Amino acid sequence: MSARPPAKSAAPVASSKVKTLTIDDRLVSAREDESILDAARQNGIQIPTLCNLDGLTPVGACRLCVVEVKGSNKLFASCVTMVAEGMDVVTDSERLQRYRKTIVELLFSERNHVCAVCVSNGHCELQNLAQALGVTHLTVPYRHPKLPVDASHERFVNDHNRCVLCQRCVRVCGEVEGAHTWDINGRGIGARVITDLNQPWGSSETCTGCGKCVQVCPTGALTEKGKSVREMAKQSRFLPYLTMMREDRHE
Amino acid sequence: MTPEPAKGAPTPKDNRWRLVEATMRRHGHKSHALIEALHSAQEAYGFLEDEVLRMVATELRIPLSKVYGVATFYNFFTLKPQGRHTCVVCTGTACYIKGADQIMNVLEKAFDLKSGMTSPDGEVSVLTARCIGSCGLAPAAVLDGEVAAKLTPAQIVAKVERWMAHDQH
Amino acid sequence: MISIEDLSQISQAEKEAKDAVPNQINVCVAASCLSLQSDKVMEELEKAVEAKGKKDCCKVRGVGCMGLCAAGPLVALEKERILYQGVKPEDAPEIVDALGAGPVARIQGDLEAPFFARQQKIVLENCGRIDPERIEEYVAVDGYLALIDTLTAMTPIGVVQQVTRSGLRGRGGAGYPTGLKWATVSKAQGTRKYVVCNGDEGDPGAFMDRAVLESDPHRILEGMALAGYAVGAQQGFVYVRAEYPLAIKRLKLAIRQAEKLGVLGSNIGGTTFSFSVDIRLGAGAFVCGEETALIASVEGGRGTPRPRPPYPAESGLWGYPTLINNVETLANIPAILRNGPEWFAKIGTPKSRGTKVFALAGAIANTGLIEVPMGMPLREIIFEIGGGAPDGKAFKAVQTGGPSGGCIPESGLDQPCDYESLAKLGSIMGSGGMIVMDETSSMVDVAKFFMEFCMDESCGKCVPCRVGTAQMHELLRQISSGEATSRELALLENLCDVVKATSLCGLGQSAPNPVLSTLHYFRHEYEAKIAAGEAAAAGHAAAHASPAGGAA
Repeated sequence: MSARPPAKSAAPVASSKVKTLTIDDRLVSAREDESILDAARQNGIQIPTLCNLDGLTPVGACRLCVVEVKGSNKLFASCVTMVAEGMDVVTDSERLQRYRKTIVELLFSERNHVCAVCVSNGHCELQNLAQALGVTHLTVPYRHPKLPVDASHERFVNDHNRCVLCQRCVRVCGEVEGAHTWDINGRGIGARVITDLNQPWGSSETCTGCGKCVQVCPTGALTEKGKSVREMAKQSRFLPYLTMMREDRHE
Repeated sequence: MTPEPAKGAPTPKDNRWRLVEATMRRHGHKSHALIEALHSAQEAYGFLEDEVLRMVATELRIPLSKVYGVATFYNFFTLKPQGRHTCVVCTGTACYIKGADQIMNVLEKAFDLKSGMTSPDGEVSVLTARCIGSCGLAPAAVLDGEVAAKLTPAQIVAKVERWMAHDQH
Repeated sequence: MISIEDLSQISQAEKEAKDAVPNQINVCVAASCLSLQSDKVMEELEKAVEAKGKKDCCKVRGVGCMGLCAAGPLVALEKERILYQGVKPEDAPEIVDALGAGPVARIQGDLEAPFFARQQKIVLENCGRIDPERIEEYVAVDGYLALIDTLTAMTPIGVVQQVTRSGLRGRGGAGYPTGLKWATVSKAQGTRKYVVCNGDEGDPGAFMDRAVLESDPHRILEGMALAGYAVGAQQGFVYVRAEYPLAIKRLKLAIRQAEKLGVLGSNIGGTTFSFSVDIRLGAGAFVCGEETALIASVEGGRGTPRPRPPYPAESGLWGYPTLINNVETLANIPAILRNGPEWFAKIGTPKSRGTKVFALAGAIANTGLIEVPMGMPLREIIFEIGGGAPDGKAFKAVQTGGPSGGCIPESGLDQPCDYESLAKLGSIMGSGGMIVMDETSSMVDVAKFFMEFCMDESCGKCVPCRVGTAQMHELLRQISSGEATSRELALLENLCDVVKATSLCGLGQSAPNPVLSTLHYFRHEYEAKIAAGEAAAAGHAAAHASPAGGAA
């Protein structure tokens, strides 16, 4: 990301062309550098997302925003698929609903999400997704991994039991704060978010304590200390604001 | 674990570090030299300890967490010291069909060693590899850097016993 | 400045030197024979030649892979067309004594056997015939001729057209038309372009890339240089597994030799074309076979794939257009340009041209590497060339395409072995691994084995692959150990569908394939396990007293 020389993404957007496409039988238009997700949202069509967050580079990791594009057997993550002329997109179908439900189930089964005792209960994006998609119970077995809670930071807590590996903390810290305190350790089902050399957060040499990671975390994984059940509401609106202000400054 | 006398905390002046330095210099200290630098570091120090990762991060100007993330992503890198002898059991498909699991089972049964573990006396580390490309010789293992072909459970037990008894053969 | 004349001079000198010695003893020193101590065999042969005063009439050379790994160490007398197999160091004096007097029958192999006679070699044509550590030997078999000739006689577009007309398709897995890929990169706008040779060979059970890199490394360098010329790249990277130290060593040596000879470097052959090659070591991650993950790894990062488009052909290494081809694909290139695309297109089937290298392993008599024309029936490959399952066991299935492929039963063996037919059988060509299973293999366990592989190798970026493979592995464990009911089987089938459809990259999208193909052809084996599980569950529910209940 920050290490590579700017590629095409740095191209000016002023001259970009407008494309016309169909989303859920509605004719919509969008700039060619906009994603299907952008276009849908601008037209009031809601597609479920989890890893996506306005102001951060989309990564297409959670796969909840997959949509069907007529004429192709494959599914497309709408957050990273750019619009194209004449594209015919279906954002909701029995099949997509089933896939999304299973993905949410997989997330619940992966770690230990116990809403009843969670500080983010009522303010959790994973919980909201489960409600919206009608996930009332799990068909897949719980994995019950034994995971630590890192409370070494003076103001924040990292509870791996509630992490969904959306990488929002990694991205906001690297792309916006510029500290790159967070990254991912290991791989596959064993992947974990880490600070610095996988050391306690409180001992991190690079963390500025800005708390952006806490505010963008969709669940109760990264929270402020001293909150009790249901008290941790996140505030991520600073992000589009920061991005906008910085763009203005560059102009 | 009885560490070799030459080992110890790495310092910028130590000879092993020069090897890592040379690799980074060859790549102009660019951030994309990270994996090459980690290969050199592991060759020089035997494993990737935190202090070495920190020095590589500083030299290549890469965030600490990113260096750690890369070091733990790849199977080839190890962050723990290894035993004096290593036994890498191939668990590729051909070896699986020919009974690699029996080799692993007997190692666990006889020595209580599973993949990724080092014997308490620091003599033997057991690792697994996802196919070493010697499928014609399955089941195979790499014993101290040499491929052992068509291995039987009895052979591997005998070998590890000799290692543990400080017999070099 | 290297020219065609220079090459033919080297070639001439090399041939004369070879002809001056009546007897040539070739010893395979590729990894497989080497691990059976072929280096000691070579040493003893050299000693024997010296001791018997035959130094002037006999030369012992280390050569690359001869293919029949199961019978190693292999020794060949080239002119006499004699093959010795299972050679021990103590056999050396006898071999040397018998020179010119007929073969040593005790260790003689049969070169007329189908294993050798049915093969047609392009990619492996020099393997086992030349010393991989000497560039002169590669030049003597017309090596680098195609490169120097092409640079002076053909335009880059002309090269792309030749490759397109040959009908060559990518040998790394998906079978994408190579000419089309080259054309895309050649047309892509970029101040810089790169060629990457994918030698990560993560497929367990495939070892052809290793054999080519160890036995004929210059072939890859020539293929890369030709690719660089065609697409307009000046820098190439070979991405090799760190687990292949011998391949890395020989590749490094080959690069140095090629630079010295002037077939790599600045202004090759006096033209304006410059091309250099560097090695990047993989570090053990199957997912790095995926193009975007490979790029992330060459850039020094975690090998996690990113969504495509943009494709590497437009935006690859550091954002520049990048051509990524597999080792075997590039190994075909010099031969195509030397012999012409029509020659290549005549081999194989209309949709799958040329030959394919297969790695035969598992429960098969002749384990090793073979190269056959595309379209040869699987039965011929497995039974005639491979010798079928050993020890009188019955053949059960052949697994092709590694963890992304599927298991093909006896009933599918009469199908031709090409991209389309294998796909129709529910498998893929993949990189060409063929693992044979006999009647003793449980197909549920085989599916579990591959799922464990995918679970361990998942990068963890996307949810369906990260958690889905772990869940499928757990379900397969339950089924395999007789703890599952039809509910778990239904759950497994649903997860196969979800993971296949929603995963970010090819690893996740194809991870369910071994389960799906075994469910398709061997469903009865799953059902037998389920029946055991349900009986146990019923028994458990009826009475807790039964000591025999539970896991089998």
